[in-house]
Amino acid sequence: MAARETTVNVLLVLLLPAVALTALFIGEAFYITLATRIAILALAAVGLNIALGLGGLVSFGHAAFFGLGGYVAGVLATHAFNMEPVALGLPGTTDMPVIWLAAILLCGLVALPIGLVSLRTSGVYFIMITLAFAQMIYYFAISWPAYGGEDGLSLSMRNGFPGLNTARPFPYFIVVFVLLLAGLFLFHRLQASRFGAALEAARQNPARLAATGISPFAIRLVAFVLSAMITGLAGALFADLNRFVSPSMLSWHMSGELIVLIILGGKSRLFGPLAGAALYVLFEYALGGLTERWQLFLGLVLLAVVFFARGGLIGLLAGRPRHG
Amino acid sequence: MSLALLIEQFLNGLQLGVMLFLIAAGLTLIFGVMGLINLAHGSLYMVGAFACAAVAAATGSFWLGLVASLAAAAAAGALMEVAIIRRLYARDHLDQVLATFALILIFSEGTRWLFGSFPLYLDIPPLLQGAVALPGGGQYPLYRLAIIGVGVLVAIGLYLLIGRTRLGMRIRAGESDREMIAALGIDIRSLYTIVFAFGAALAGLAGALVGALQSVQVGMGEPALILAFVVIVIGGIGSIKGALIGAILVGLVDTMGRFLLPKALALMMPATQAGPVGAALASMLIYIVMALILAFRPSGLFSARA
Repeated sequence: MAARETTVNVLLVLLLPAVALTALFIGEAFYITLATRIAILALAAVGLNIALGLGGLVSFGHAAFFGLGGYVAGVLATHAFNMEPVALGLPGTTDMPVIWLAAILLCGLVALPIGLVSLRTSGVYFIMITLAFAQMIYYFAISWPAYGGEDGLSLSMRNGFPGLNTARPFPYFIVVFVLLLAGLFLFHRLQASRFGAALEAARQNPARLAATGISPFAIRLVAFVLSAMITGLAGALFADLNRFVSPSMLSWHMSGELIVLIILGGKSRLFGPLAGAALYVLFEYALGGLTERWQLFLGLVLLAVVFFARGGLIGLLAGRPRHG
Repeated sequence: MSLALLIEQFLNGLQLGVMLFLIAAGLTLIFGVMGLINLAHGSLYMVGAFACAAVAAATGSFWLGLVASLAAAAAAGALMEVAIIRRLYARDHLDQVLATFALILIFSEGTRWLFGSFPLYLDIPPLLQGAVALPGGGQYPLYRLAIIGVGVLVAIGLYLLIGRTRLGMRIRAGESDREMIAALGIDIRSLYTIVFAFGAALAGLAGALVGALQSVQVGMGEPALILAFVVIVIGGIGSIKGALIGAILVGLVDTMGRFLLPKALALMMPATQAGPVGAALASMLIYIVMALILAFRPSGLFSARA
């Protein structure tokens, strides 16, 4: 089984660059953008998977971090374009690494108080509270007029990465894909680490974990914040891909989609988010081409996954997980 | 700011609270008895609104529409329970979230398929048109007062139903020990279907009543659902009394916050800034209240399952 999962994983990783390269050679930039979209959504879901898959924390509010990351990219670029300082005399920027860092830091700072309140609860309460906090940020973005309010914010051009022409689809895909690999590597190392073991224990038996002298609350909080940071990074990339950020990135629907990506692919599997994102974008593209009502069919597929294929796509292809 | 305006806003808050109660009561009952988190509860609210608007448009009678909304939402709820929800009781919350999220997609797109993307409009029935004079010299729409009255009646009815009838006794028994009540020979499966359909009918009633105040459109259910979540989290999941108090609190805080915050801020900063800042803060206010309550009572004010 283990060998089969490795084979599936290797194929999945190779799939995106293969699609992007093929598209580059036949001159169909659209498919490169499609592959980039898959990679970004996968990265966002990798972030959520730390909380949801490893920690068993069903956060229904990760769109908050996805959208915040997006707004960081949009707001910093707008200020740089208008040559106005953002706050405290700090200038805006169109430099991607700086934007990423800012998005990661901001999401960590926002996730900390949200986690402090939400993690005092569990189960259904946790689901609803994370949802409510995300809604709070969503309504704030809608009613705060400075950055476009309900209409969202357009980026005049894609932000830059030193030494690459990110305005072209392929170099941008490479940037995103490398970050996705880094996110997957981090997830893998985390899962194998002592911290990962403690997080797993916090999910399975918090009382026992506490008895060994490790606080489940602290472990969960770190996981939640880390998870928010990665999803925030993905949000910044998403804003740059679309050169647009709007409150819809913060909406509860987005939170639901992120969970769906993980479940479609396979919960708490390393490559589940990537498999799920690929499947989701393919559905959107293939069904969306056939009918405007593709979400109806997505709903039916989701029901089928919940009732008949609980391991998701990776579960179907590679069988049951090795442990957990 | 006049007294009449203040009273008007207070009544608006009460009316919003009462509507939220109708939605939250079903949600919290379903969670309390079956242990299920139902995201698709907002879709039942939408079904009620569409049924009322469609029947009222066809027959010309709001009252027939109201009956239709109750029937349609209860039928949709019963169907949903028998076909899908029943299989989810033993599953974990993640599966429940996912399956009911899928139901939202199916209901929303299905409704769009049937009725199109354009909103429907529902007129206030002639009997309830007009306004009532308020102390302080204002006018208040009779229809909104009627909604508050309906909410109070439902609250009293629920109290009597849960506390004084055989069905209510079974519901309470189901909340505290479902294996035991099944062992005592009570058909727990049909009890679940009845509770679910009943909660659905309340949501449908709320949808129909609100439909005459706003437009009836796809997607109207989700904002209401999320507010109802806030309500039951504040009130304590599973508690009807908590849902009532939480709903009134959320309704009043939200409405009064939107009304008073910009005015309060205008005392401290220039009026051009106070408006937007106040509006932005007011839209976050109920969530801040929720966070504060949870910081002190993590399982809500009146938790049924401490």
